[in-house]
Amino acid sequence: MIRVSQLTKRYGAVLAVDNISFDIEKGGVVGFLGPNGAGKTTTIRILTCYHPATSGAVHIDVLDVFKESIEVRRRIGYLSESTPLYPEMRVREYLQFRGKLRGLTSSERTVAIKRASQRCWLGEFINRPIGQLSKGMRQRVGLADAMMHNPEVLILDEPTVGLDPTQIRETRNLIEELGQEHTVLLSSHILHEVEQVCTHTMIIAAGKIVASGSPKELREQFSAQGKIVAEMRGPKEDVESGVRALNGVKAVEASSDHGWMKVSIESEPGSDVREDIFKLASAKGWSLREIRRDGATLEDFFIKVTAQQQSKSV
Amino acid sequence: MQNIATLAKRELGSFFLSPIAYAVNAIFLFTIGLAFALGTFHSGGEASLRDTLDFWMLLILVFVLPMLCMRLMSEEFRNGTIETLMTAPVTESEVIFGKFFGALVFYFVLLATLLLFPIILSMYGPVDIKLLVCHYIGMILVGALYISVSLFFSTLTRHQVIAVLFSFAVLALMTFASHALATKLEGWPRVVLQQISVRTHYHDFVRGVLDMNHCIFFVSMTGFFLFVSVKLLEVRRWQ
Repeated sequence: MIRVSQLTKRYGAVLAVDNISFDIEKGGVVGFLGPNGAGKTTTIRILTCYHPATSGAVHIDVLDVFKESIEVRRRIGYLSESTPLYPEMRVREYLQFRGKLRGLTSSERTVAIKRASQRCWLGEFINRPIGQLSKGMRQRVGLADAMMHNPEVLILDEPTVGLDPTQIRETRNLIEELGQEHTVLLSSHILHEVEQVCTHTMIIAAGKIVASGSPKELREQFSAQGKIVAEMRGPKEDVESGVRALNGVKAVEASSDHGWMKVSIESEPGSDVREDIFKLASAKGWSLREIRRDGATLEDFFIKVTAQQQSKSV
Repeated sequence: MQNIATLAKRELGSFFLSPIAYAVNAIFLFTIGLAFALGTFHSGGEASLRDTLDFWMLLILVFVLPMLCMRLMSEEFRNGTIETLMTAPVTESEVIFGKFFGALVFYFVLLATLLLFPIILSMYGPVDIKLLVCHYIGMILVGALYISVSLFFSTLTRHQVIAVLFSFAVLALMTFASHALATKLEGWPRVVLQQISVRTHYHDFVRGVLDMNHCIFFVSMTGFFLFVSVKLLEVRRWQ
């Protein structure tokens, strides 16, 4: 549905997006995760035809974003990061205006506005001037605007920023729902949010995609790189050979520390041997005082990426 | 075409909701009213708007139209609404023309209120309707040019104050400075300056002469400023 190939964007000397490529299938919610300043918004602005790319190609369905820009814009619903709206207009007027720009007829607009305002809980706010609305309500108006023409692709840039916890939960539920009918690209800097809502996640940092997969795949990919550390009291040779015999264990290293054996275990991707270690220790009568995962989890990885980004921008 | 109408209608709507527009209207009506009362409306005077329109109208419009139009594009840049606007299926030229016609229709409303003056004059003497029509054509053409110049400077910057100052300067140059300078020169520079001066072209409309040359001057100048505004908006996306 969305195909990006070798996309690069420079702002003067600054390289915002560095030769990225990805493919998004039809349907589902795809997360675009990255720290602030990683190039998320830049990529999104190219996808939505707001900024032209320096080089590379983007296709929405079969349409080229640069050559068939107007046709592409008809098929996209876009909620931009700051949700800019005209403060002097009333919500209904604004949605009418946006509907007209997208070529909806008068009766189509009536239906679309009714549907969008129900799904985004606009309620009685529909007749209020936009300037009087809270940040959360404005966000909903932006969301209603993005989805009113029933676009094939919905692009939401940080849709939950500035909302209160209840609104965040409601918005996430709505996004999950929308993912059943539309292809949704959701940008966020909150790992937890993306894991909860998305069927596929891309992590972007410093203009590059550094990881991509379903939340489960990503977790496994990163937990696999980690080690399991266990400490137990028992004879060194027995402990080493016993652990090595367990299913899914690739390598074992043991060292003694005041009578305790510290065992560092590398296991095969996707397998978790912690329970087996416990069973082994209890069968042999060895005391077990610690068992934990060591090293890279998805959180650690994301924090590392975020920290690198921050040290770069300082 | 449909999109231009939609955009123009929205623009017109926000003129009517803008406190600045009302303040500017009040200044316009007060100053033009003063010029009319002091300049034209005296016994023995002619029952026409000739004196009021020739100098005062131009001077007031040089100030009033930039103030009305300064927000046209600058506000979109400042609020960020340009992003939602340009990601909707509209082209740059539709946006510029939509803004232009929205402002033009609002200017028509201003001109309509000026009809009060000939109505007052008609109580004292016969008003020449043909002359009045000629005056209105002149005012509409001048207004359209001034709006297109102001729109151009509004597209140039996100700062409304900068937009309005540049518009003042350029409109004053085009209208008065070139005219004044022309009288000091001889030969071809004089002809050139006279030809690009708004006041020279506008003067015939005030005298009641409807000359196609003048109409072409205003329409082509307006077209030129709208064209460069569209190009400027396209360029801004590449930054």
